[in-house]
Amino acid sequence: MEVTVNGTQRHLAEGQTLADLLAELGAAPEHVAVEHNGAILDRADFPGLVLRPADRLEIVRFVGGG
Amino acid sequence: MEGVSACVGEGASATIAVRVNEREHHVALGTSLFALRDRVKPGADVVLHNGFPIRTDQLLSPGDTVVLIRRGEVPAREELEALLVSRHGPGVHERVRRARVGVAGCGGLGSTLAVALARTGVGGLVLVDFDVVEPSNLNRQQFFVDQIGERKVDALAANLARINPYVAIERHCLRLGAGDVPALFAGVDVVAECFDDPAAKAELAGAMRAHLPATPLVTVSGIAGYGPAQAIASRRVLGNVFLIGDGESGARPGRGLLAPRVTVAAGHQASVVLRLLLGAIADDEGG
Repeated sequence: MEVTVNGTQRHLAEGQTLADLLAELGAAPEHVAVEHNGAILDRADFPGLVLRPADRLEIVRFVGGG
Repeated sequence: MEGVSACVGEGASATIAVRVNEREHHVALGTSLFALRDRVKPGADVVLHNGFPIRTDQLLSPGDTVVLIRRGEVPAREELEALLVSRHGPGVHERVRRARVGVAGCGGLGSTLAVALARTGVGGLVLVDFDVVEPSNLNRQQFFVDQIGERKVDALAANLARINPYVAIERHCLRLGAGDVPALFAGVDVVAECFDDPAAKAELAGAMRAHLPATPLVTVSGIAGYGPAQAIASRRVLGNVFLIGDGESGARPGRGLLAPRVTVAAGHQASVVLRLLLGAIADDEGG
C-alpha cells in the first residue's frame, strides 16, 4: 500500500504499524513528533497504530543540541 | 526665512519642532543644540544630532532629531521605550510590548533568543531551566565568567535587566515536564523550544499540542558542528509548529555546539517568534 510520509509517497506492507515505520526509518520513537492525517499523536499510540492506504504522515525528528 | 514665516503667529515668536529622545519639543527659532541640552538634560555626556555624535554647538533646524544621554543613567521607562521604537520601524513596539513569550530552556538557544527578544522590547518572558551556569556553557551561551554556578534563569534574568529593565521576567528553575506546560505557558503568545535533549524537544511538541494547541511552538533540530550556516532554515512542520535547523546535525562526541550556528538558529527562532507576534506569518505560510 502507499502512504505519504513528509510529502513523499512510500510503499509499505499491509498491517505495518507506525512503530514499524519509525524503526524502518531509523527514528527513535522518543525523538519524534508525528502528525497522522492532520492530528498529532501521543507516543503511547505509536505501536498500536496500524497504517492504512493513503494515510498522510508528518514525522518531525529531533536531534540534540541547544 | 520664507519657510519659517508661516510659523510666526500674531505676537508670538517663531518656534520650530524638533524631536528630543523621541519626543516632540517646540523651541524658539535660533535655539542651539547645547542650549537645548542644558534645558532638557543638563550635563548630558552624549549628544546625538540626527544620528551623529556632536562635540561643537550648532543651531537647530525644524525636524531635527536629538538624543541626549547621561552616562550610567537608566532612562525612564517611557523614554527608553521611545528610544527602542526609534530603530524598530512603525507598528512593531506597540505589539511586542504587550506580548509574552515562553522560553523553554535557557542554554545557547534560549539565552540568545531571550537577549534578542528583550532588545526588541517584548514585554514579558517566561524563562524555564533547571540548570546552573557551567564553564563549558560560555562557548555559546549569553552568560559571563562571574556567573558560573548561578541558576541559569537567575543569571539570564540579571543580564536581560541590564539590556532592557522593563521586560517582565518570570523565572522557573525546574526540569519542564509535559504536565507543567499548562500552568507555565497558558498565558503566553508563543513558546520557543530551546532544549538540548531531543526527547525533551519531542515531549514539549506533544505537550503543546495536547494542552495548548492554539499556541504556536518554535522548535529547533540540527544545529551542531560547523557546517554551512545557510543550511539552518526555518519552516512550518505541523499546524502551528515551526522547526529551525538543518534537521540532521545532532550534537555528539566529535560534533559539538559552537556559537556561530547556535546563534544563527536562535536568530531564526527569534525572527519566527517576532513574525508570529506581529501577525506577519499567514496561516498557510512557512516561517
